[in-house]
Amino acid sequence: MISQFFVLSQRGDNIVFRDYRGEVQKGSAEIFFRKVKFWKEDGEGEAPPVFNVDGVNYFHVKVAGLLFVATTRVNVSPSLVLELLQRIARVSKDYLGVLNEDSLRKNFVLVYELLDEVIDFGYVQTTSTEVLKSCVFNEPIVVDAARLPPLGPASIFMQGTKRMPGTAVTKSVIANEPGGRTREEIFVDIIEKISVTFSSSGYILTSEIDGTIQMKSYLTGNPEIRLALNDDLSIGRGGRSIYDYSGSSGSGAVILDDCNFHESVHLDSFDVDRTLTLVPSDGEFSVMNYRMTQEFKPPFRINALIEEAGTLKAEVILKVRAEFPSSVTANTVQVQIPLPTYTTRVSFELEPGAVGQTTDFKETNKRLEWGLKKIVGGSEHTLRARLTFSQESHGNITREAGPVSMTFTIPMYNASRLQVKYLQIAKKSKTHNPYRWVRYVTQANSYVARI
Amino acid sequence: MIRGLALRSLCSLRVANLVEYLVGPLGLGLKDSNSYVRMVAAIGVLKLYHISVSTCVDADFPAMLKHLMLHDPDAQVVANCLSALQEIWSLEASSSEEASRDRETLLSKPVIYYLLNRMKEFSEWAQCLVLELVVKYVPSESSEIFDIMNLLEDRLQHANGAVVLATIKLFLQLTLSMTDVHQQVYERIKAPLLTLVSSGSPEQSYAVLSHLHLLVMRAPMLFSSDYKHFYCQYNEPFYVKKLKLEMLTAVANESNTYEIVTELCEYAANVDIPIARESIRAVGKIALQQYDVNAIVDRLLQFLEMEKDYVTAETLVLVKDLLRKYPQWSHDCIAVVGNISTKNIQEPKAKAALIWMLGEYSQDMHDAPYILESLIDNWDDEHSAEVRLHLLTAVLKCFFKRPPETQKALGAALAAGLVDFHQYNVSVAERVVNPPKQAVSVFADTQNSEIKDRIFDEFNTLSVVYQKGQNLQITLFQLRGLEANDKDLLLGTSEKEESRGPINNGSEYSAPMYDGSSVSMAASQTQAELTISNPTLPAHASSLAIDDLLGLGLPVASTPVPSPPPLKLNAKAGLDPGTFQQKWRQLPIASSQEYSLSPQGVVALTAPQALLRHMQGHSIHCIASGGKSPNFKFFFFAQKAEESSTFLVECIINTSSSKSQIKIKADDQSTSQAFSDLFQSALSKFGMP
Repeated sequence: MISQFFVLSQRGDNIVFRDYRGEVQKGSAEIFFRKVKFWKEDGEGEAPPVFNVDGVNYFHVKVAGLLFVATTRVNVSPSLVLELLQRIARVSKDYLGVLNEDSLRKNFVLVYELLDEVIDFGYVQTTSTEVLKSCVFNEPIVVDAARLPPLGPASIFMQGTKRMPGTAVTKSVIANEPGGRTREEIFVDIIEKISVTFSSSGYILTSEIDGTIQMKSYLTGNPEIRLALNDDLSIGRGGRSIYDYSGSSGSGAVILDDCNFHESVHLDSFDVDRTLTLVPSDGEFSVMNYRMTQEFKPPFRINALIEEAGTLKAEVILKVRAEFPSSVTANTVQVQIPLPTYTTRVSFELEPGAVGQTTDFKETNKRLEWGLKKIVGGSEHTLRARLTFSQESHGNITREAGPVSMTFTIPMYNASRLQVKYLQIAKKSKTHNPYRWVRYVTQANSYVARI
Repeated sequence: MIRGLALRSLCSLRVANLVEYLVGPLGLGLKDSNSYVRMVAAIGVLKLYHISVSTCVDADFPAMLKHLMLHDPDAQVVANCLSALQEIWSLEASSSEEASRDRETLLSKPVIYYLLNRMKEFSEWAQCLVLELVVKYVPSESSEIFDIMNLLEDRLQHANGAVVLATIKLFLQLTLSMTDVHQQVYERIKAPLLTLVSSGSPEQSYAVLSHLHLLVMRAPMLFSSDYKHFYCQYNEPFYVKKLKLEMLTAVANESNTYEIVTELCEYAANVDIPIARESIRAVGKIALQQYDVNAIVDRLLQFLEMEKDYVTAETLVLVKDLLRKYPQWSHDCIAVVGNISTKNIQEPKAKAALIWMLGEYSQDMHDAPYILESLIDNWDDEHSAEVRLHLLTAVLKCFFKRPPETQKALGAALAAGLVDFHQYNVSVAERVVNPPKQAVSVFADTQNSEIKDRIFDEFNTLSVVYQKGQNLQITLFQLRGLEANDKDLLLGTSEKEESRGPINNGSEYSAPMYDGSSVSMAASQTQAELTISNPTLPAHASSLAIDDLLGLGLPVASTPVPSPPPLKLNAKAGLDPGTFQQKWRQLPIASSQEYSLSPQGVVALTAPQALLRHMQGHSIHCIASGGKSPNFKFFFFAQKAEESSTFLVECIINTSSSKSQIKIKADDQSTSQAFSDLFQSALSKFGMP
């Protein structure tokens, strides 16, 4: 049972506020924001998503720089509420096309309409974009995605998977094309977030792939869809230890540790030929989430070296080698390494002929940042940086610096080798075939090399 | 569609006068041919119930809902009926027999089976609702349990974390009596839970992790091979990392300790200071679990050489705890600890730990007396009572072991301590009664097992996230405090008696001794004997006191504790509205609270004037008031008796809910709490004869 739902901007303004049961006082949004803002000062880091003030439970999730908050006085299931908040954000995005402060403000009537249907008197009714369609009468006011305010680096993590280029994905599910007829298309994204930790000697300590198959359908008439995955896909590892690297070395079957599916998916033939049958509902949803700890080839090798060069000087050499085919290119690569706190100045030396590379030394958190717009598969890049210290180091700089962390996006590449073999739409349109888009993206979740 | 919207709007008006117009449309709505209207009407009944209980029951709506719940073809209608009925009946159950019997029927086999069989039709949210209900159902035989589990097994693969957790709760509760199946359930749910942790947003994974945390705490053995899943990733938020660290500590055993500690050491070197601290503490906890202590001590000593002040500070505290448990390591540790310069350590806890070690091992540490002496020279810069106390103790210990070198320091320390005593008696007394929890982590597990069981019963609720039982949330703190006291009593009686010695000295016995030691600087052996005999006396006295008062009141406590003088208000204070407004704008809110009024108070508050007269009797004056029943708003002010410091109050009273919201602003922030208490007591007396 949810008492209130509201959306706050980063500055704490109320964008949307809906009171369902009148059990919690009106000033709750202010109380909440104050608490979240000052949480850090109590030395506790970020505010946890769930906390209790004066008997009121506050839940919040951060999506696209906005705070989605729910309050209740009842001892409810936390994951239910958090899941719901995430879902409301997703439904809003489905309808508005783009989810940000601007679009919410411009479409607040539509959003209230949605909220009334999603929750009634504190009870969740439905969060299916499809069902809600019949209840919503307002046209969304389109906000130009190009005018999106630049999001800070933190919000990229918050937002997780959904930062795909391309205008079509930011289209509202109910917006009509200027031509009057909606384009028949369906997007399937296989998004993999990889986490790798290298030891200082270059061994892989841990590696994990968290993947989702996202689907966004703009098909009319809700045809049935068949999605075929690799034949050699298998799930679960039986009695074997999860971190047993000795077995499948590089080639062979794709083994997932575990996976879960959206409720619309029928798994009748999954065991036989690895096909998922589903009737996609409108809007964006993840067909399947999977997790894999099988050994895979990491896309990048990172080499970091710190050497003392005189009493108050040291040199950092960062080397990044792309170990994927040259037909694939990684985008927006960012390498970071924290330096000793007494570093005062850093001078950089890029390799000759480097294009689209940026280097920066952030004074405030003593962090070296190296940005590369593009890395072509098979290539190797090096950065040399000279550090100047304000005091003599205590002998062991490597303990004061590092680890190296890396973020990147690699389109058309997936580390797990999970593949969609075909995508079949049952209802063939007479006039034309619907557009089908299948994309693979690999992103870094936590890509760390220790030094 | 429009019928539904109209019905919803009608029911959402929380106006009592309109109730009679609601009954008809609701009745029709429940029988409407469109499922959307029925869905809205079901919740509408609940809304009506909240406006007017009698109307709702008289119209026989609960019975209609029940019929609808068992026969409606639309799953969402069924779900809404179920949630409405659950709420109505649980509210009714206290007053009417019939309702509580009705509530029982929800848990009967036919109803449960009916709902379970339609499980797939329900939306994911309704599935959670039904699963919660099924948890309360007690199957009569074990074959039923397996039927239910087989039916619901695929729910574990659901993408919605709430559904999965609700299913897990059900499974765990069902198999509670069957140990072997219960274990299998643990094995079965591990993979889905881990997938959920990594697939959602940080917030979602936090919720799931909290539950996983609970399970790990219950059965660390089962998760000990999965420890790598609990490694932190650098971009995770603090709250997730903290949970993971705790889990890593819990799953540590002989086989994986080495790797876990290696990983934790990496975090300690991290730039993220809170996490570095947490991970050092985690290392310490693992060490106290007695696995592979040798390696851990080595690591800890390496930390000390890192020369980051927060790392050193945390590590010192740990090393101290470890030494108490494993005295055999003292030689290795002392060598390193001796090299630490006291100037680099600022945190009181760490400083106290270092001083403790200096005192305890002064015979092995060559220059311990001199370090202590220099610390005593800086006595005035040291503000923490804990550090001062440890300093006194340490000097005393050192004195017994190496009298000639320490004599001077002891004299100075006692002198300083005596001067100090007058300012710090309250806090020092408290320290004596309740010295810092030393090596508590060894015993910590025993206290919580009962609470853990409670939380486990409330799986998939907020209790798990807060790690507190629902009813225990308030009493828990008191409980903890008491247990901590008891524990400390058991724990280090010797330690405490030592620390009591010098302090009691300060209060009753030390005056002559202080004179003695300061007069004769070139002290003789007899002087030393005098000091030795002295502390034994109060120590004896204090142990008597423990017997008498269970250690809660000590001789020291008999010295009058200065409490803040009671707040007096000026009965004839004056303030003009302009000044009030100006002050109200300028001052920050000192406190803002919500009280409930006594029933008599509500009755008496027919007009604002009555309250004004009453408050005036308590020297609280009103400057403006207004409002009509049930909402009243008052602005009060009051002045302190001696000074011109004023308090401003905004008080909103709602007589229908008998709640009052109070915002207090004060010139002098420090007394606002006292005033708030005063105001509340005045308000609570309102309406009493």
